[in-house]
Amino acid sequence: MNLNEFLSPPSAAARPGAPNDKIVLSSRVRLARNLRGVAFPGWAKKPDRIKACAAIQSAVEGLPQMKDGFSQSMEALSALDKQILVERHLISREHAAKGAGSALVLSRDESFSVMVNEEDHLRMQALRPGLQLKEAWQAIDAVDTALESRLDYAFSPELGYLTACPTNVGTGIRVSAMLHLPGLVLAEQVNQIIQAVNKLGLAVRGLFGEGTEALGNMFQVSNQMTLGETEADIVERLNKVVAQIIEHEENARATMLEKKPRVVFNHIGRAYGILANAHSVSSKEALNLLSLLRLGIDEGMFPGVQRTLADQLFILTQPAHLQSRYAERLSADERDFHRADMLRECLRGVSRPVVQPPAPPAPPLDKGP
Amino acid sequence: MLCMICNQKEAKIHLTDVKQGEVKKWDLCEECAKAKGIDDQSFALADLLMGLGASQELTAPAAAGEEPGEGSCPACGFTQADFKKSGRLGCPECYQTFTEGLAGLLKNMHKNTRHVGKAPRAQSQGREDQARLKLLQRKLEEAVAVENYEEAAHLRDQIKGLKEHSNSPLTV
Repeated sequence: MNLNEFLSPPSAAARPGAPNDKIVLSSRVRLARNLRGVAFPGWAKKPDRIKACAAIQSAVEGLPQMKDGFSQSMEALSALDKQILVERHLISREHAAKGAGSALVLSRDESFSVMVNEEDHLRMQALRPGLQLKEAWQAIDAVDTALESRLDYAFSPELGYLTACPTNVGTGIRVSAMLHLPGLVLAEQVNQIIQAVNKLGLAVRGLFGEGTEALGNMFQVSNQMTLGETEADIVERLNKVVAQIIEHEENARATMLEKKPRVVFNHIGRAYGILANAHSVSSKEALNLLSLLRLGIDEGMFPGVQRTLADQLFILTQPAHLQSRYAERLSADERDFHRADMLRECLRGVSRPVVQPPAPPAPPLDKGP
Repeated sequence: MLCMICNQKEAKIHLTDVKQGEVKKWDLCEECAKAKGIDDQSFALADLLMGLGASQELTAPAAAGEEPGEGSCPACGFTQADFKKSGRLGCPECYQTFTEGLAGLLKNMHKNTRHVGKAPRAQSQGREDQARLKLLQRKLEEAVAVENYEEAAHLRDQIKGLKEHSNSPLTV
């Protein structure tokens, strides 16, 4: 099946109404698993890797959660398809670089994805909108339990699930939440928060995980340690920390609006001005401006506009998503033009930001007869 | 400037390592740099991933000397040098092969060195059976000690049943 036909349109991917989705964009739990007696993907000989991939792929396809899902060898996916999957956070950038002997299995609703032969034989994740770490853990736990009767996992009673990198051994779990923190960035408090979170043994990363920058004021918080703690404890700890960050973000926004409203209005007004009027916008710039648009929507400066508009544009303005709308191959410059055209078009119905909550309509000057 | 490691030879290799905003500088002599796996400009990936010195941790494997390819994993042929290069292990067996060297690494990077989380059902069933077997055996010893042979016979049957029905090999 064609990936484009399979994936939900970005309008549906950015569904509103998830818990705490004002600040938490998404929750994710991934588990790393490997097969007993089989070399890890990075060390296995190609024929062995292909053999293991086929066995795992068919076991995963048979799961009830994967009914009507999408299953494909990485070799069969185009570079553009792979990049779209990365932009949707359904595969890692590392997995996008794989070919024969690696595969992807995706559930119909895209809430589960299993990367076969990434760094480990299996990297399975449950992705949920908003703050739903516990739900994501329970969902992927069920998938893992179902797979355990179909595949013989490499497990040691002492060290737990054995993984290619010793940093993942034990539970093989990575619990992460993607946070939108424009308030803390504007108040210049975000570095303090990052340092405090680091001290708790948690990592803070940019939009696309390891080694990426924090574009669009988006930060990914996740656990680092995987051994010596239960999954439930790790999930709970991250939940608590995220709840605290949410509180700090809310406070930072309130304080900024009270003490330096002009700074906030200036940023949002300028962002709106560029988004609604520019004729060339890079994807990085778009993310940063859309973050401010989203903040303006959150703070009631765009009455009647839904947050999903910003969320949808976060996805649509990414390079591969933009490219996929055009048949011919676009250069980076051309993409910037098309991106600006699309942004202007999408913001046509959005009025200039109001800096006060909408007052009751002023009485008409002329009362008339 | 003297080498930070040996403090004897002149430092000729200077590295700056930026991690999460923290800048670390290394000034090393050629010999020490080579020993750290920085001979061809490339820093050992294992060191980068897990801190300087990590690549040295995987010393002689537990089964050293027994296998023809000394220092390599008997299951997959992976060596310490491979770990140094990639920061990844070769196969699940490697954890057994390099168990001693890994112990220090794991201690540094994790909360604890013993797994306490989820286990495959077959495994956790095995764990429970094992615990139950221990309990029954203790009761059996007690029963024998007080010469309650009727109870002892009953317990012996239970133990026999458990051993026969458990999917995992139980040890006494």
